[in-house]
Amino acid sequence: MAPRALAITAALALAALTLGPVGVVLARAGGFGALGPGDWQALRFTLWQAFLSASVSVVLAVPVAKALARRRFVGRGLLVTLLGAPFILPVIVAVMGLIAVFGQAGLVNRLLGALGGPNLDIYGLHGVVLAHVFFNLPLAVRMLFSAWAAVPAEHFRLAASLGLSPRAQWRVIDAPLILRVLPGAFTVIFVICLTSFAVALTLGGGPRATTVELAIYQAMRFDFDLGRAAALAVMQLVLALAAGLVALRVAGQAGFGAGRDRILSRWDGQGALARGWDAAWIVAAALFLLVPLAAVVLRGLPGLFLITPDTLRAAGHSLMVALGSTALCMAWALPLSTRRGELLALPAIAISPLVLGAGLFLILRNFVNPFDMALPVTGLVNALMALPFALRILRPEAEAVTRDYGRLRASLRMTSLAWLRLVWLPRLRRPMGFAAGLTAALAMGDLGVIALFADPDRATLPLQVYRLMGSYQMEAAAGAALLLLFTSLGLFWLFDRGGRLGAET
Amino acid sequence: MLKLEDLEVTMDSGMLRANMALVPGRRVALVGPSGAGKSTLLDAIAGFREAAGGRVTWQGRDLTHVPPQARPVSILFQDSNLFPHLTLERNLGLALHPDGRRPDAEARARIEGALRRVGLDGMAGRKPGTLSGGQKGRAALARVLLMARPVILLDEPFAALGPALKREMLDLVREVADSLAALVVMVTHDPRDAEGFAHEVVLVAEGRAQAPVASDAFFADPPQAFRDYIGAAG
Repeated sequence: MAPRALAITAALALAALTLGPVGVVLARAGGFGALGPGDWQALRFTLWQAFLSASVSVVLAVPVAKALARRRFVGRGLLVTLLGAPFILPVIVAVMGLIAVFGQAGLVNRLLGALGGPNLDIYGLHGVVLAHVFFNLPLAVRMLFSAWAAVPAEHFRLAASLGLSPRAQWRVIDAPLILRVLPGAFTVIFVICLTSFAVALTLGGGPRATTVELAIYQAMRFDFDLGRAAALAVMQLVLALAAGLVALRVAGQAGFGAGRDRILSRWDGQGALARGWDAAWIVAAALFLLVPLAAVVLRGLPGLFLITPDTLRAAGHSLMVALGSTALCMAWALPLSTRRGELLALPAIAISPLVLGAGLFLILRNFVNPFDMALPVTGLVNALMALPFALRILRPEAEAVTRDYGRLRASLRMTSLAWLRLVWLPRLRRPMGFAAGLTAALAMGDLGVIALFADPDRATLPLQVYRLMGSYQMEAAAGAALLLLFTSLGLFWLFDRGGRLGAET
Repeated sequence: MLKLEDLEVTMDSGMLRANMALVPGRRVALVGPSGAGKSTLLDAIAGFREAAGGRVTWQGRDLTHVPPQARPVSILFQDSNLFPHLTLERNLGLALHPDGRRPDAEARARIEGALRRVGLDGMAGRKPGTLSGGQKGRAALARVLLMARPVILLDEPFAALGPALKREMLDLVREVADSLAALVVMVTHDPRDAEGFAHEVVLVAEGRAQAPVASDAFFADPPQAFRDYIGAAG
C-alpha cells in the first residue's frame, strides 16, 4: 500500500479540484431564472439526442454482437480489437471521417446522387446521433459480446442435445442475456452522450441542435454571460448526476466488456440464411467503423504536406498537455488505487469537463487572466477525467499485489519505500502502462475545455483541426487530423508497450 | 448396440482413436489421465465434435453426421445442466417441448412425476439457484428420465459432490438407467466410482480408447497405463 500521507494528500487534492470548481459554479449561478427558452431547448435536445443515440447503438449492437460471438472468420480477432479503438480515437478525427463518408460531398451522397436519391445532410440531430452511434455501438457490442462469451458452453450443448428450436434458444439463452445487459449498456451510453460537447460543437450547433455542454461554451465564449453559464453548468451537473446514479444502479452488473473473447460453439444458425444474416451484420459494422477511418488516412496523406508551423506548434502543445496530464493522473492514481480512492474519483465521471472548466475559469479570473492558463487547465481537467478509468484498471491489480504479498511484506518488515520500489511498481507495470496510454491518448485528442479557454496562440491540435475546418481549409484540416490520429494512437502504443516490456508476470 | 468403428477424433494434443461395441443396458466407465480424451470421446458420441474418420452407429444406424438433437442420447455435464433463470418445471419442460412453450397440464403432470422419482417432490416451481448441488443433479436426472433416450452420457456430473452424496447419485443414475434399459457411458476421474458402478471399464490413454474390459477383471489386474495414472494421482 502506498504511504498513508501520500494517499491523504492525493485524496484532498482530488476533492478540492473537483468540488471546488463545482462549489464556485453553484455560488455563481443565480438560479434557473437566468436561463432563456434556448437553454431549455438545449436541455430537451440533450436528452432527446442521448436517448436516440443510446437506443440506436444498443439495438444495432444485438445482431452484430451475436454474429461476432458465434462465427469464425479471417480477421475476426482484429475486428474485435478494433471495437476498442473508438475509446481512444479523438472525436474530431472521427468527425472528419464521418464527414468524408456521410457529408455533403461524401461517399454516401455521391453514391445516392449517382442513383438519383436524395442528398443527406450530416449537420443537425442525425449527424450528432450518427457520430454518437459510431463511438458507442462498439461499446454496446463489446458489452453484449462478453456476456455471450460468458454463457457456459454446456448451455449451448444442452440446447443442441434437447433439440431446442431457434425460437426456444432465443427465449431460453439469448433473450434473458440481452435483457440483462441491454439496460446497463443503454444507460451507460445515455450518460456518455449527455455530456457530448465536441460532437455537438462540430456536427450540431444552432438553436435546434445545441447540447447543454455546448450552451455553456456559447454562454462563456460568445455572450460572456457567466451567470447563465453557471446556471447551465448546474443544469448539466444535476442531469449527469441523476443519470450517473441510475447508471450505477442499472449497469452495476453489466461490466464494460473488457477482455473476454471466446468463439461460441453453437449448433443453431447453421443454415445459409442465418450465415448470410450474420455475415451481412459483420460486414456492415466493419464498414461503418473502418471506412471513416480509412477516409481520414487517405484524405490526410496529401494534407500532411500542408501542415503549417501553427499546426506543429499546436501539436507540441497537445503533446505537453498529454504528457502532463498522464503524469498527473498516474501520480493521483497510484496512491488512490483502493476502493475508497475509486469511490472518491467517481464524481469526476458525472462532473463534465465543461462544468469543471467553467468553475476553474471563475476561480482563476480572480488571480490571473484565465486564457493564459489554457494549457495547464486542459492538462488538469483531462487528468481528472481519466482518473476513474485509470483507477478501474489499476485497482484490481493493486489489491491483488497487497493480498498476495502483504503478509510476506509484514513478515520481512519491508519499508514502504522498498515495498514500493521492489514489489508494487514492478508488479503494476503492465496495468500502469495501459492506464497511462489511455490517459495520454484521451488528453491528446481532447476537444473540450480547451475550447473554453484557448486564444489563437494557444491551440491544441484538436482545436487547430476544428479551426481549420471552420475556415474551410479542409485539406489542411485532413492533414492535421491524420497527424492527431498518429500521435494519439502512437502515445497509447508507446505507454502500453512500455508497460508490457520486461513487466513482471 | 453403440459401435465406434475406427473412430478418429481430433484433439488439441493429437488424435484419439476408438474401436468398440457397447451393449444397451450396460454401464461403462471411461477412465484415464487428464487430457487423454475421455470427454472428447463423449463429445463425439453426443455429436458435439465432428469425427475425423470412422463411424459411430446405434443399432446399425450411422450417426456419424447426425446433429446432436437427432441422436438417441441425453447428456449430463459437470456444471450448468440447468438454465439458472428458469424454474425446474420450465427446465424440464424443454425435454418435452423443444420449442420452449410453457408446459401444459399433461406435461406438468409428467414433470411432477419425474421430479417425484428423483426425490424432488413439489419443487417444480424452484429455480436452480435455490437448490443444493445434489438437488441440481437430481433435477438434471429427472430431465434424462423425461427425455427417455436409450443412451445416457455422464461427463463427471457429480465430481463436485462429497463421497456419500456421490454414491447416492450414482445409485439414482442406476435406477433411472435400469428403468429406461439405457446404456450409460460415464467419464470419471475416480476409479472407486468406476469400480462400484460400471459393468465395464474403458481405459483412455496415449491417443487410444481401449476395448472395454469387465470391471472386476480390470481392477483385479489393471493395465500398466492405468497403474501409472493411479500412481501419479496418488
